[in-house]
Amino acid sequence: MNFTRIIERAFDVVTRRLDGPLMVVIVVIAAISLTTIYSASGGESFDRMLGQARNFAVAFIAMWIVANIPPQTLMRLVIPIYVAGLVLLIGVALFGEIRNGARRWLNFGFITIQPSEIMKLGMPLILAWLFHRREEGLSWKDYAIAGIVLMIPTGLVMRQPDLGTSILVFSAGFFVIFLVGLSWRILIAAGIGFIAFLPVAWRLMHDYQRERVLTLLDPMKDPLGAGYHIIQSTIAIGSGGIVGKGWLSGSQSQLDFIPERSTDFILAVYGEEFGFVGVLLLLVLYLIVIGRGFMIAMNASTTFSRLVAGAITMSFFTYAFVNIGMVSGILPVVGVPLPLMSYGGTAILSMCVGFGILMSISTHKQLVSS
Amino acid sequence: MVGTAIKNREAELNVFRSRIIFATLAILFAFGILAARMIYLQVIKRDQYYTMAEANRISVVPVVPNRGIIYDRNGEVLAANYSAFTLEVTPSKVKQLDKALDELASIVDIQPRDRRRLKRLLEESKNFESLPVRNRLSEEEVARFAVHRYRFPGFEIRARLFRNYPFGLVASHAIGYIGRINDADLKRIEAQGQTTNYKGTDHIGKLGIEGSYEAELHGTTGSEQVEIDAGGRAIRALAKTEPIAGNNLRLTLDIKLQKVAEEVFGEFRGALVAMDPNNGEILAFVSKPGFDPNLFVDGIDPVNWDLLNNSEDKPLNNRALRGQYPPGSTIKPFMALAALENGKRTPEYSIVDPGFWMLPGVSRPFRDWKQGGHGVVNLHKSVVVSCDTYYYGLGNDLGIDKIHAFMTPFGFGSKNGIDIDGELPGIMPSQEWKQKRFKQKWYAGDTISVSIGQGYWLATPLQLATATAILANGGIQVTPHLLKEIVNAKTGEKRAYKPPPQAQMRFKPENLQLVRQAMVDVMKPGGTAALAGAGASYLIAGKTGTAQVIGMKQGEKYDARKIDERHRDHALFVAYAPADNPKIALALLVENGGGGGGTASPMAREIFDYYLLGKLPDPAKRKKRDYDLSDGE
Repeated sequence: MNFTRIIERAFDVVTRRLDGPLMVVIVVIAAISLTTIYSASGGESFDRMLGQARNFAVAFIAMWIVANIPPQTLMRLVIPIYVAGLVLLIGVALFGEIRNGARRWLNFGFITIQPSEIMKLGMPLILAWLFHRREEGLSWKDYAIAGIVLMIPTGLVMRQPDLGTSILVFSAGFFVIFLVGLSWRILIAAGIGFIAFLPVAWRLMHDYQRERVLTLLDPMKDPLGAGYHIIQSTIAIGSGGIVGKGWLSGSQSQLDFIPERSTDFILAVYGEEFGFVGVLLLLVLYLIVIGRGFMIAMNASTTFSRLVAGAITMSFFTYAFVNIGMVSGILPVVGVPLPLMSYGGTAILSMCVGFGILMSISTHKQLVSS
Repeated sequence: MVGTAIKNREAELNVFRSRIIFATLAILFAFGILAARMIYLQVIKRDQYYTMAEANRISVVPVVPNRGIIYDRNGEVLAANYSAFTLEVTPSKVKQLDKALDELASIVDIQPRDRRRLKRLLEESKNFESLPVRNRLSEEEVARFAVHRYRFPGFEIRARLFRNYPFGLVASHAIGYIGRINDADLKRIEAQGQTTNYKGTDHIGKLGIEGSYEAELHGTTGSEQVEIDAGGRAIRALAKTEPIAGNNLRLTLDIKLQKVAEEVFGEFRGALVAMDPNNGEILAFVSKPGFDPNLFVDGIDPVNWDLLNNSEDKPLNNRALRGQYPPGSTIKPFMALAALENGKRTPEYSIVDPGFWMLPGVSRPFRDWKQGGHGVVNLHKSVVVSCDTYYYGLGNDLGIDKIHAFMTPFGFGSKNGIDIDGELPGIMPSQEWKQKRFKQKWYAGDTISVSIGQGYWLATPLQLATATAILANGGIQVTPHLLKEIVNAKTGEKRAYKPPPQAQMRFKPENLQLVRQAMVDVMKPGGTAALAGAGASYLIAGKTGTAQVIGMKQGEKYDARKIDERHRDHALFVAYAPADNPKIALALLVENGGGGGGTASPMAREIFDYYLLGKLPDPAKRKKRDYDLSDGE
């Protein structure tokens, strides 16, 4: 009797702060990820799959810890996180390590980190906090401050240069501003301004970025060079057909034709082997995650929670959309991993920390409501 | 204040909800686009992408057939294949080739010769071709390289079939060699519509039998469908069409006789063609010096190439086919037969030879090789002692056009049609020829020189052998050839060499008999080759000859001791044996060998002794032999 109670209590401690529906879908996607990565590593070695399993394990622990932090506590951590992220970004610009022609990493000797990852979550948190403090109505000053807070890290990341991440950092912050209610007129005006800015941006772009855009418009122009990734991944997905070629049986995947097949281009492997049915299933799972995220946001009790939950959910969508668009050849290759699918500890960790925040908001709302 | 706050909160919530609804619609729309894209790729265009994936995956790899093996008439292997490991490099995949080679040298033995050859190949070939660095790696080297392979991207070890010529220098001019396919070969292959059949083949026959019977030797290339990965490495075979091995060739050459023939030349340069006079089968085919065909198989290195190509001895020149020499006195039997057949001489007709002959209207005398002359000379004796004076008058009476007409069917002045490339036609002069060639009238004096095989008349050793064979067989115009039969490597089915239609020359038997008897007597005491004929247990019919290399001034005496070795006369000899039942006819030429009687005819005797009696030559005897420094023939 006593023993059963201990078990019950322990189960309660573990699951109390977790969001059931979200958890189920995440685990299903993780299972798909492991299956696909086993195939992407040639179907002969468990090493990479076990590595990914470890990544998930670490990320789930982090998610559980974050889910147990009440939003109020999290609010107090917002400024330190943002400042730390900003300092590290400046550090990167000054002392960063150069890999593949980009200065993105900071080497501390015992660990090498990519501070832009911190900003992916730090940005929506700080902006939501800013708007939360101005509950009595927002003036243009608030938006101006938010703009500055948003643009400094975005600019730093863009300068590294890392176009993909800068877009993600920017969009995470932008979603907060969008959700808080920046008027449509300003949004439309900004949109027009952005389009007008495109030619200028073209000139500011690095050669390799321009090349990527050009290759996107016509991959056949350079079939063995820059267009190779897109062509091969498109062939892989297309050749999969409706039901796919079967697990471990994709010729494009198994014979090395897909570059980065367990990381950024994992959808090509998945699409080839599981076909349209498989891809559709994944899209539905992603939609469930997004729907659940929006439900949590709608039910959240504070402005901060609402905005953070909404922005994290929209960010999740952005990752998925940019990656799938890239791999299927309708968006440029910008190096964004497929959320919860691509191999990579950092991406899965930051994704799950985001989900932890969502779960915290979802499970702590009763305590805050007045 | 609280009321405003609540109002604000409600307004804010409303804004938030509307934004979330908008965002939801936008996200659904965006996912709709992705789904539409997937339908386009995976449903609508599926077949097209599937085909592209298959094309990516499947590669057709040529399977090179085994090249036919070349045998001599007795089944000795003259050219065969063996499989060995080579270290190859694809230059486009290597950044610093020289540095890589330096490092590689510590693992695999790489000689300066290998480097020179690679350098030469690099200049000749395209960057993406795989070029040999080292051939015939030992098992140990293969193992060592395998361990260090990761350090050398672009380098690979392959098992390849190589050509080996076990006899090396022996018969190299007849067998020829294979070499790497060059641009000229490629064009020829293309012109013959053989491009597909040569996919995967690196080598092609360049010279000799290897060159002329390339189509038989090569075989038909098979193919294998293999699954490849993105790096182009074959993962597994899907389907295979077996290649058809090239046909084996059995040659008419007798390699043992060939060895003897090359041996008897010693250090001399020259050529020899020996054939079966009854059918034109070439038994031995010598051009000295020769070369080692094994050097060419995988691209000769520049040093060896220079040695061969720039040597004063011209080892690459096939003297038997391409050496055009004045035939000298070797044509006297033919001239004698011409005069008899044309009724210009009778066996009884005699001259008294004073040692020179005067062409009417020309003050300069034509001298005999023997000062003081040969005394009374009839046709028989003219051959036996090789009397020039007799032939000056004979030629003058015949006239050049009759000579030309008589000699042409023997094969002089035209290619004899041997089944390897490069044959030169020599010159059988005529009035028409001189008009065409020099736009000059033929002078009576021109005929006099031609009468003793000098002047404009040039013949190859092959032509002399063919003509001698025709004389020996009684007029059958045999085509000299090296191929005996083509043997299907798999079924063993044989296809014999098919000669072109053979015409028969008609001679009066008594005329032929007279000339043949004179040739037999050349080998007997009193004849110019008496030394070579001494003690033979079978009858030999022969004729010596000497070809001048430089013209002598009027009245100057030829003294071999006083002139530069390369200006010494060439020694010639034609013969067949046994004279009463000819089994072998030959012509041989020894460059700067002096007189035909002294130098050339003993060589022929050794060859006959081996071929007819199985007697191997005695090297001790040969050592004493030197340039024939005696006078005349």
